[in-house]
Amino acid sequence: MTALQLSFDPYNLIITGVGGQGNVLASRLLGRMLVEQGYYVTIGETFGASQRGGSVMSHLRISTRSAWSPQIPHGRAHMVIAIEPSEAFRVLAVYGNPEVQVIWNTRPIHPVSVITGQAVYPSLEEITQGLNELSAQNWRLEATAQAQTMGNPILGNIMMVGALSAVSDLPLGPDIFEKTINEMMPPAKVPINLEAFAWGRAALS
Amino acid sequence: MSIVSTGTKGQTALLMGNDAIARGALEAGVRVVAGYPGTPSSEIIQTLADVASDQGLYVEWSANEKVGLEVAAAGSFAQLRSMAVMKQVGVNVASDFLLHLAEYGTRAGLVLITCEDPGGLSSTNEGDSRHYAKMMEFPLVEPGNFQEAKDMAAWSFELSEEVRNVVMFRSVTRMSHASGNVVLGEPSSSLMAPGSSKARFQFDGAMMDQMGGPVVTFPGTVDAMHRRQLEKLARVREIFETSPFNTYAGPDQPELLVITSSAAYLYSQEAIALLGLEERVGLLKLGTTWPLPPRLLAKYLKASEKIFIVEEGTPFLEDNVKTLWAELGPKAGTKQFFGRKDGGPLPPTNELNPDRVAQGLAEILGLPAVLPDQAYRDRANELAKSHAPFRAMTFCPGCPHRASYWVINSALKQDNRRGFVCGDIGCYTMGAISCGFNTLKTSHAMGSGTGVASGFGKLSRFGFDQPVMAISGDSTFFHAVMPALVNAVHNQADMILVVVDNSGTAMTGFQPHPGSLSDASGGALPALDIARICEAMGVKVVIADPFEMEATEKTLLDLLDETGGVRVLILRQACALSPGKKGKHQFDMTVDETVCLAEDCGCNRLCTRVFGCPGLIWDPKAKKTRIDEVICVGCGVCATICPTGAITRKEVA
Repeated sequence: MTALQLSFDPYNLIITGVGGQGNVLASRLLGRMLVEQGYYVTIGETFGASQRGGSVMSHLRISTRSAWSPQIPHGRAHMVIAIEPSEAFRVLAVYGNPEVQVIWNTRPIHPVSVITGQAVYPSLEEITQGLNELSAQNWRLEATAQAQTMGNPILGNIMMVGALSAVSDLPLGPDIFEKTINEMMPPAKVPINLEAFAWGRAALS
Repeated sequence: MSIVSTGTKGQTALLMGNDAIARGALEAGVRVVAGYPGTPSSEIIQTLADVASDQGLYVEWSANEKVGLEVAAAGSFAQLRSMAVMKQVGVNVASDFLLHLAEYGTRAGLVLITCEDPGGLSSTNEGDSRHYAKMMEFPLVEPGNFQEAKDMAAWSFELSEEVRNVVMFRSVTRMSHASGNVVLGEPSSSLMAPGSSKARFQFDGAMMDQMGGPVVTFPGTVDAMHRRQLEKLARVREIFETSPFNTYAGPDQPELLVITSSAAYLYSQEAIALLGLEERVGLLKLGTTWPLPPRLLAKYLKASEKIFIVEEGTPFLEDNVKTLWAELGPKAGTKQFFGRKDGGPLPPTNELNPDRVAQGLAEILGLPAVLPDQAYRDRANELAKSHAPFRAMTFCPGCPHRASYWVINSALKQDNRRGFVCGDIGCYTMGAISCGFNTLKTSHAMGSGTGVASGFGKLSRFGFDQPVMAISGDSTFFHAVMPALVNAVHNQADMILVVVDNSGTAMTGFQPHPGSLSDASGGALPALDIARICEAMGVKVVIADPFEMEATEKTLLDLLDETGGVRVLILRQACALSPGKKGKHQFDMTVDETVCLAEDCGCNRLCTRVFGCPGLIWDPKAKKTRIDEVICVGCGVCATICPTGAITRKEVA
């Protein structure tokens, strides 16, 4: 095994989205890929009372040295993965900083306040501008749309993991992904997840 | 198969705290596991249920937490290491048995796992069960990281056997639902507790013979038994003096001593690192929090004048450390205590995090706070306000509760006598907020809706004339509603109980209950029928489908017209996330935009503005309703709501 390296130690990663988008699976998948290679990973998950439709946020602390708090200190995220675009703003308001990087999925999931008409969902242009302003670098993916063509919108989460593997220096290549997904999923589901990972990785390569 | 059972000794695994606890129990050779689901505890029993047949365990979802603890206690009495698992409120339910259990004591190791929810992330309270350990005089332990979650769970069984009493193991959301690296130990291959060869309940000995006599608490033996219990507690105190789960890091004479436990240990470590205080602040982490080991505490208390107690929950450790300091007398010296009481600096409510602890440290030591870039923060907050619309809790798309509350709310409005519903605990507690049309007017503990309604239903002699309803889920019905219903029937309370039967304990992940056809591991069991139980109590029972809104509303209106005594309406429709429904669409839904009148249809956008299912989209530019094909699960209910017939449903072939 090569010596463990990180650009920041601990490296603070947040995955955010809405219940039902596979947020928790993505964080555990990433965690296992890294623990397998000898890193310490601490994951804190915030999912409330409602199983679907509520904001869901996972904090990953990746370290060569030790376990860290399952909650990242305010203003200290290095990377935010937003499976739902408006959730990126909620997270950046607490954990963002001028150096933060963001990978975001373009597909909105409207909260009830928008469905009832009490609130307005931002346009794609507004979201793009806002994230340009709040991040040092950001990448957008039409992950849900692609996942729908592959038969299941939830695959968007795996595409985001693939995208992360392309732009971050975390050791998340296709080999360790394939090994880990084989351990976590029944054999029948492995090929479609490999395809989703490859699509996300290619999209940002 | 999960790594919790297949992982080998020495292997490093990424384990959720709850899985670490389950693994620790397997390494200790646990045999009997029982409890009732509740966030954040539910994964422990589920994980063990999944490996029950391979590992030779008996695992059950009990009807409630008191029965769960009783079932686990029977295992201990029969010489099997046993464990009961629940969330903080469950300990209240189990507490009457717990008092007597701790008074007599246990035989094979018995551990009570309580997973608590500071901040109420998925609870209606901030209950802190640690006080039971002090009040009822048995040992309490709290793990400070994921490795300890496993190691201390396993050790708790040994401790229980060493002093022959129940051990409370307390976790919190940020331990149970967080994950970290855990180095695994060896799972126990022995089926029996050390020293026994088969499960057997001995009862031939004398009354006070703890290992061989009848397990009875009795008026004549109270004093002797209580003294025996206190002797055990004294032994626990000695064991805790040298426990490896109490650790210290920092200088010999720190400017400030932090005393912490549980997840707050991780926050304290991080806060000290954030402020660079490793050379100035000492960190005493206690894994054994009741009874406190006095010599250990005295040693560290003497080293510093300023003591900062950082804990999750009520000021339990804080009060106990202060008491212990007072007991040490003048030799302990003058101290200044900081914590959650009397102005902090920690907030008296809500869960902690690294920032709150860092702010507290900075305040005590007079240091500038560690704050993120203020200009960035202001702008990010501004953009969050405009770009991240409020995401309220809501029922899932296709949830039968939304339809049930629609029907109940509409019937109460038509009835027009200021009728109301007494709420209960489950997803349907959200009937108190807008997604349930603000229908619930009381809500407390499991089963309380029916109990409170039973009381309201007897107030007619005081001129009370509002119709009274209670709501209950199917799992809650078995857990605590049945005694309240017996009370209401016997006392002839004037009320309607609505049982929203979605065929499982949905809120916590769809665990089976006594009305289910399967056990915790998926094996077959007979199901108890709620309707027949109610009928046996002599109650009129009507069964309806909440998705058949018009007919069900008429049924409810008829029940409202009847007076005197209890009527039960069972609204039967499976949870949208139930194994039978998940991923399957009954209907393909479409909106005919030429028919949708949106704001002009007279209904004032009943579908999106009032019904508010997340599977619908309101397009403010086109002024039309649309279906969100990613979210909609095809239940078909919104087609019933739409007065113009613009929303249509087509049965999926």
